[in-house]
Amino acid sequence: MTVHAEPVDAPLASPSGGPEPVLSVRGLSVAFTTETGRVSAVDGVDLTLGAGEIVGVVGESGCGKSVTSMSLAGLLPGTAAVTGSVVLHAREGDTELAGAREPVLRRVRGRDIAYIFQEPMTSLNPVITIGQQITEVLKAHERVSRGQARARAIELLRLVGIPSPEKRVDDYPHQLSGGMRQRVMIAMAVACDPKVLVADEPTTALDVTVQAGILQVLRDLRDRLGTSILFITHDLGVIADVADRVVVMYAGRVVEAGPVGEIFAHPRHRYTAGLMAASPLPGRHAGTDRLDEIPGLVPVLSEQPDACTFADRCGAADELCRSRRPPLEPPRPDRADHVAACWHPAPTDGPAGSDPGTPLEEAR
Amino acid sequence: MTAVIETPVVPVAAGPGRRTRVLRRLRRNPLAVASLVVLVIAVLAAVLAPWLAPYGPAETDFSNTLAPPGTPGHVLGTDDLGRDVLSRIMYGARASLLVGVLAVTVAMLVGVPLGLIGGYFRRADAVIGRLTDLMLAFPFLIMAVGLAAIRGASLGNAAIAIGVSQVPGVVRVVRSDTLRLKSLDFVAAAVVDGAGDTWVLARHVLPNATSAILVQATVAIPIAILGEAVLSFLGLGIQPPAPSLGTMLAAAQQFAAEAPWAAVMPGLAIMLLALAFNVFGDALRDALDPKGNR
Amino acid sequence: MSAHAATGGAAATTTRPATPPALEVEGLAMHFGPVRAVDDVSFSIRPGQVLALVGESGSGKSTVGKCITRLVEPTAGTVRVAGTDITHLSRRQLRPHRGDVSIIFQDPAGSLDPRMLVGDVVGEPLRLRGERLSRRDREVRVREELGRVGLRAEVAHRYPHELSGGQRQRVSIARALISRPSLLVADEPTSALDVSVQAAVLNLLADLQRDMAFACLFITHDLSAVEYLADDVAVMYLGQLVERGSRRRLFDRPAHPYTQALLSAAPVADPVAQRERRPVLLGDDLPSAIDPPSGCRFRTRCPAATELCVQVPPNVDLGDGSAACHYVRPDGSGPDVRRGPDTGRGADGTNDDTLRSATA
Repeated sequence: MTVHAEPVDAPLASPSGGPEPVLSVRGLSVAFTTETGRVSAVDGVDLTLGAGEIVGVVGESGCGKSVTSMSLAGLLPGTAAVTGSVVLHAREGDTELAGAREPVLRRVRGRDIAYIFQEPMTSLNPVITIGQQITEVLKAHERVSRGQARARAIELLRLVGIPSPEKRVDDYPHQLSGGMRQRVMIAMAVACDPKVLVADEPTTALDVTVQAGILQVLRDLRDRLGTSILFITHDLGVIADVADRVVVMYAGRVVEAGPVGEIFAHPRHRYTAGLMAASPLPGRHAGTDRLDEIPGLVPVLSEQPDACTFADRCGAADELCRSRRPPLEPPRPDRADHVAACWHPAPTDGPAGSDPGTPLEEAR
Repeated sequence: MTAVIETPVVPVAAGPGRRTRVLRRLRRNPLAVASLVVLVIAVLAAVLAPWLAPYGPAETDFSNTLAPPGTPGHVLGTDDLGRDVLSRIMYGARASLLVGVLAVTVAMLVGVPLGLIGGYFRRADAVIGRLTDLMLAFPFLIMAVGLAAIRGASLGNAAIAIGVSQVPGVVRVVRSDTLRLKSLDFVAAAVVDGAGDTWVLARHVLPNATSAILVQATVAIPIAILGEAVLSFLGLGIQPPAPSLGTMLAAAQQFAAEAPWAAVMPGLAIMLLALAFNVFGDALRDALDPKGNR
Repeated sequence: MSAHAATGGAAATTTRPATPPALEVEGLAMHFGPVRAVDDVSFSIRPGQVLALVGESGSGKSTVGKCITRLVEPTAGTVRVAGTDITHLSRRQLRPHRGDVSIIFQDPAGSLDPRMLVGDVVGEPLRLRGERLSRRDREVRVREELGRVGLRAEVAHRYPHELSGGQRQRVSIARALISRPSLLVADEPTSALDVSVQAAVLNLLADLQRDMAFACLFITHDLSAVEYLADDVAVMYLGQLVERGSRRRLFDRPAHPYTQALLSAAPVADPVAQRERRPVLLGDDLPSAIDPPSGCRFRTRCPAATELCVQVPPNVDLGDGSAACHYVRPDGSGPDVRRGPDTGRGADGTNDDTLRSATA
């Protein structure tokens, strides 16, 4: 189970000349006013989601990945100040979503962008059958008769892999297990065939044997319907399984992005490398070695400084890192699709998964 | 010996202490501040009445009976015996607060242990549940009448009757908090380490239930104040000539047409006092709420 | 001793070992009314060893932890800690034994009393043990213990909410170890932590375990943590033990189909390898613990199930552990659901992830 040195190119990888984008995010920033003051949750995030692509956004708690995903369709509370640009390239043309008015957003939600969340228990209404919840979505956005809606609901349940859908369409949520409920959520989300599906930690609350099934469903959706999926998670294994491209976030910023094989094989940002080294891989740490830790804590920032926010925890940090914010650029000019925001990117020689350069050790 | 050195302990997103947070939230809530001001004034006026009141509560002035508010020397007027309304209100509030505190103390002394035991021990819960149902079913007025019949009407008996009627509310709140707390991991950890039930209840459950108890107290006090007013009005509580807002109301019924202020003023006092406690209690509950998205 | 063989003879010994196992569980059952959370579970842990108890939600693994720490009283079976049968002791009788077992929990937020200072939290077991320690001595011990888990002495004067999740878990560990238990029960201690913090806590546990040589029951659903920390592994499904064995054998040659499915389902952080695998899809219809399937409880989701599986499967002794399956043979060969249901029986059972998916 060794890690290969060759990067695996996902079928449609590079943004330049890759699949046409369905969602373009530029300079997205979100700040909250809380009772303790201002919290800058997201700072200058650039993100592109191509047609039929699964982009994995990975980061730990406090990195801003959920806030980013919620801000796309304007789902944040009033205390959030959102700046930047979120452009949805939909059937009728481009729509700017950041700062858009409610009617625009309401038309887009469900029809062009759909969400699935972590807790299937609380996302479904317990007093309505699952069939009714799906038809509700259909009727909100399309002109369909009751019979047509029901037929489509059954079809959708079949699509997400629920056995005997004609019988289960009249079940209530409590009659289904967690994995089934999540499938129903997915069915509801794709009812109107949206171009973008945002999945915020959809498998985190599920058993690992059930998770495999859900990931399969998502892959099927991408293959059969061409849905683009923005998959948010903290689990590197899931990313390795399902994502075409990876975006790594830390303290509200994107620190690295690129094709999945390339990122895992050659992580350039020290945080990414640290994350990989801290994840136990079968065969890598069996019994004797230590897991590599990242010392320190994720900062909570009220203002985003003009510096690298990872510097305090990074073994390779120097004055430059603390005084100027590193731009998100390709560390290797010949691989434009792999970008990292680091003044001293980790070296690429040697198989990935080993110590990404000694500096992280020195930090201990 | 392991040598894992932790980076300096920095307070994380958890932020400032609980007390600071609660105080800050209260400070920012205008209603909370206003009601607190009223309460402070009222309590000070009541407690310091013997020194602050312009007249004694029984000081009559037959040359100045039923004087309207604004009469020189009597800001709020006088009653049919020439007694200064303001002074009597201050002394009356003193009695009301006393009853309030006594009643709540009775309610806490009986209710908190019952709530703790009921919430913690399932078998006891059945018994305590029936007991509180019994108390709920018994109207407090009947109890007050009964007590007055047996032991004579007085401030003390009024406090007891009202206190007992508040017990079910306290039991309910404490029981529900106990139920929630006893299933938390830190209680399990204490049990695994050998803690007995008393230890757990005293050191883990009770300290964590104090905010719920505090809120319940701020709810119970205005009920007690109103209760005292009712009982005294009916002659079952404080007996005249001892000053009491309730007896003032009762007495003022006779001459309400000629001197409405004699009834309105004590009535307003009762209302303000109860309202201030209620509003502050609400604000306190919101401020203590850990979620704080109000 | 032979009577135990049928129920999966925990310690496969015919002579009493010199020191008793740190933990010995035999025929343990725990029913909460109609819910059969744990049924006939037997295993043992030698002193100083780490046993990982693995299972998904509803497997009953946490309940086993509660039985061992006597947070609940088992419905049937026996629990022996350091040789003493504690299964049905009363609270008072348990007191002198409380110091032998400690527990740490999953949720750093709920495991520490928010109203207590960290120093008091860590020192509480000392007070509960009735040791005649002055406050000064207690403070010294607390400071020592905090240092051992890598926290500075000043943390003792903080409240739990002032600490991060990882720091709180360290406090829990310090508290658990201050009474020098012979057995530590760790109930999913890293599941609620970020990946980088998990690494630190796992490292800490590994170091401490090595230094202080306590036995550890590590309850988890995270197989990668298991591989890092455990000497032996026991796998539970719907209240029953389906397989036991050394960590090495279990990961190299899992015998029971559920273990195989579990291993194949856990994604690895390596895109090339991960995409070559095809997980065994078991379907989402989880049976309930109130009315579990008769015979082998896994048969409703097992790709290799047949009519025979309606009968209770035997506990096959594999030398290195055991597996509860009709089709597993004592030499470890049996079905490999990762290859395909038909080729399963009789396959050599090597760790070959070539593909087969099956839906219930």
